[in-house]
Amino acid sequence: MAKINLAENPSPSLELHGIKTTRDTMLQIVARKFFRNKLAVIGGIFLIVIISAALLAPVIAPYSPEKQKLLEKLSVPSREHLLGTDRFGRDIFSRLLYGARISLLVGFASVLGSITIGTFLGAIAGYVGGIVDALIMRFVDIILSIPSIFLLITLVTIFKPGVDKLILIFALLGWTTTARLVRGEFLSLRSREFVLASKTIGTKTHKIIFSHILPNAMGPIIVSATLSIGYVILAESGLSYLGLGIQPPVASWGNMLQDAQNFTILLNSWWYPLGPGLMILLTVVCFNFVGDGLRDALDPKINE
Amino acid sequence: MLSYIIRRTLMAIPLLLGITVVSFAIMKFAPGDPTSLMMDPTISQADKAKFMERYGLNDPVYIQYFKWLGAMLQGDFGTSLIRKGVPVMEMIMNRMPNTILLMVVSTMLAVVISIPFGVISATKAYSKLDYSVTITSFLGVATPNFFLGLILIMVFAVQLNWFPTGGVSTLNEPFSIWDRIHHLFLPAFVLAAADMAGLTRYTRSSMMEVIKQDYIRTARAKGFKEQKVIYKHGLRNGLIPVITIFGLMIPSFIGGAVIVEKIFTWPGIGLLFVDSAFQRDYPVIMGLTVISAVFVVIGNLVADILYAIFDPRIEY
Repeated sequence: MAKINLAENPSPSLELHGIKTTRDTMLQIVARKFFRNKLAVIGGIFLIVIISAALLAPVIAPYSPEKQKLLEKLSVPSREHLLGTDRFGRDIFSRLLYGARISLLVGFASVLGSITIGTFLGAIAGYVGGIVDALIMRFVDIILSIPSIFLLITLVTIFKPGVDKLILIFALLGWTTTARLVRGEFLSLRSREFVLASKTIGTKTHKIIFSHILPNAMGPIIVSATLSIGYVILAESGLSYLGLGIQPPVASWGNMLQDAQNFTILLNSWWYPLGPGLMILLTVVCFNFVGDGLRDALDPKINE
Repeated sequence: MLSYIIRRTLMAIPLLLGITVVSFAIMKFAPGDPTSLMMDPTISQADKAKFMERYGLNDPVYIQYFKWLGAMLQGDFGTSLIRKGVPVMEMIMNRMPNTILLMVVSTMLAVVISIPFGVISATKAYSKLDYSVTITSFLGVATPNFFLGLILIMVFAVQLNWFPTGGVSTLNEPFSIWDRIHHLFLPAFVLAAADMAGLTRYTRSSMMEVIKQDYIRTARAKGFKEQKVIYKHGLRNGLIPVITIFGLMIPSFIGGAVIVEKIFTWPGIGLLFVDSAFQRDYPVIMGLTVISAVFVVIGNLVADILYAIFDPRIEY
């Protein structure tokens, strides 16, 4: 049953039928729908834990992530080293915590960039239409036709890897799907009455695009951003695993996995690859759950 | 139909040209022009001028692009910077059969495993079996292929010693089919895993739609066996949308092959690409980027055409 909002003048007949007529804010409705989705809530809780652990890494981590103790190399999990040590005697648990900082930083920062670019270009393409739209969208088609790993690796070899360069590269490559999405939203929104009304009273075009239409397209943009963070984290760890992303000795989940792909380690220290691998898996799944939850919560067509 | 195929093919041409422009531009306008890597930094001014002249580096950029494009259309991707003088095309063609073998086998593996599971999942929707298939495929989508590969190497190659850890064949042993399959199994499985998950879920939802249709009820009413209703009447129609998904999966499939070949040191074009990236062998990197994009465009083209052929309800 759809919710009926008649705040000013609650109709007695509706009250009689037991229908609540108080007005809820949009945020309250979204929050209520989101918290009803168990997977999304679990994913959200895990993400909060992972993000806090990453932020507090210097406080929580028992050792420095890059401190080598060669005498204690490849030790088994114990009270001193919760998850054991790696080939250089570095504490795996501490490295996981610092690796989380890298993954999350690259994920959040580059998605902020790619969403900004994608929203801007998608909005212009969708609103202006015509040749501008055609040019932007054909460019998107081209970028999407080249398998992303080829573009990523090509750019990484040109720019030389590093956290700042990786963020830049992911931002420059990730905007295409957002642009398509925003363009679609704008195509359907631009012919609506409120846009016509703003045009009639002489509102400037950039104001119509960014203050009137954009807020209506925010839902899908937020969902796309959440899902993209998971994707970027996956791609960054993939690059680092190949040895083309974050360079040792800086810890990242991907380069820890690369480090673990070693016959002796796989034979004797099976827990080592599980740590970074499961962290990648868990983080990506949580971002997907939260993204799906937000999609349902932000979609007014899906009832509570 | 024929006119649709021709129109659809013609539409792919500007896209392909765009891809070559973007690849060329990335290489050309990148900071630290890759061509400067080809030159010895201690080279004299006169030799440098000669070098620039010989490689056409003094020409305007668009002339350089057309020269490069023209050579590429004739299959000339230039020569490797690292392995001096070896044509890039030759390096790629040497590796191509291995990649094609890997891709064909893992596609077959994905189809053979996921379509039956998708159909069973749909016919027994919301049963325990359906839930376990759904959960497994969800985990399959989420598991990074490099992590899955590493775990499989650890368990089946290192600990149990059932499979080799990598490569295409055992050293110093004559070629045998069995040896090749033995080496192929793990990489093909890892490459197939991500697609299997998507394919199963897609087959399931497509079959769920089909089962609701009137003609399925008619077939049942006629008294056909359930087996025949599902596999003969249902599956035929249920598989049509799956073709589109195949087309959409191609980029991630090629990307997956790069990582899988690196994990298992499978000497295909993916491993060549990663190795060339380490050595900054730009002509090879560029050639492979263009070829991979061409594969994607052609793959999508074929998927669209097959869709048009198999679905007679659509008029073109």
